[in-house]
Amino acid sequence: MSVAPAEVERPETDQEVVPDTPWITIVWNDPVNLMSYVTYVFQQVFGYSKRKAEKLMLDVHHKGRAVVSSGTRESMERDVEVLHGYGLWATVSHDK
Amino acid sequence: MSLRRKRGAGDSEETGAALNGFRGVRGGGATATFVPSQAAIIRSLVTQIAELVGSEPGPGEPGPGEQGLGGPGLIEDAFTGRAPDRPGPGPGSPGPGSTGPGSTGTGLGGTDRPPDPLDDLARLLGQTGPATPPDDPVLARLLPDAYPDDIEAAGDFRRFTEQELRNGKAAAARTVLATLPEEGGRVRLSEEEGQVWLRALNDVRLALGVRLSITEDFEARAADLDPADPRSAYIWVYDWLTFLQETLVHALW
Repeated sequence: MSVAPAEVERPETDQEVVPDTPWITIVWNDPVNLMSYVTYVFQQVFGYSKRKAEKLMLDVHHKGRAVVSSGTRESMERDVEVLHGYGLWATVSHDK
Repeated sequence: MSLRRKRGAGDSEETGAALNGFRGVRGGGATATFVPSQAAIIRSLVTQIAELVGSEPGPGEPGPGEQGLGGPGLIEDAFTGRAPDRPGPGPGSPGPGSTGPGSTGTGLGGTDRPPDPLDDLARLLGQTGPATPPDDPVLARLLPDAYPDDIEAAGDFRRFTEQELRNGKAAAARTVLATLPEEGGRVRLSEEEGQVWLRALNDVRLALGVRLSITEDFEARAADLDPADPRSAYIWVYDWLTFLQETLVHALW
């Protein structure tokens, strides 16, 4: 009946997202998505703690964008696909 | 992003039980009660989303459903009884925010792209949809580009993921229809259903946001809007759905 986007298995961590690999997922600010919802989605999709998810959400809100994950190109595309399923405005970039 | 305040436009005008929105239930999930008119509005809007994403347009050509939401009467049956003038995205509203990569705005990778033979091949193999963003700004917001600066990569990504994304959104809309009776009443959602509702409500809000040119200061703009303006009814619905979604997030948290 319902098709929820697959969640990305990832251990919860409070460490900063450091793009030490060349591909990153960016979430952009938009006027519609709720701050609470975006925080909730970051927790659900990435398994981030509420504190970390809120920090990323506030980065998106105040800075216009935030890097929410990093890794291989394939895994970033997967993240973006899942985030689009939740209605967030996400893109993949090569972190040069 | 938006922050839903405790009270906003519309709260005091609605006497339905869903004024209280969703609340969590023991053991997980959420519940809310809707009067028939509220159920009708939600059902109408999610149905339009399902129809909007259900069509698979060919490369560079708008599909039959692309003028659906906000075209001939966004919620005409449930709300106003007639089609109001379409607000349309004004020149000062470049889609979701102006700070982004502009991927959902005009131009980037748009329809000037020559037809790609790979599209035909992929379609023949039954794998996918088009490589270019939809012309309709609502669909473009629901199905955004994944690569802001790389048209080719964005096309490849879209070709192999767009149909799945459309399917997921249509399925979410169907879940809402399956769990919200036409006559309204108490709705009891499992945690999984609640999450699907969150996405479906969000898709409706994203669509309305584009049609209404919603900005972050929309509450102030809504307050200034002439009550005779056809958009004021939509603004009310948008605000109410925002409230519902906010309460559902907190019910599931």
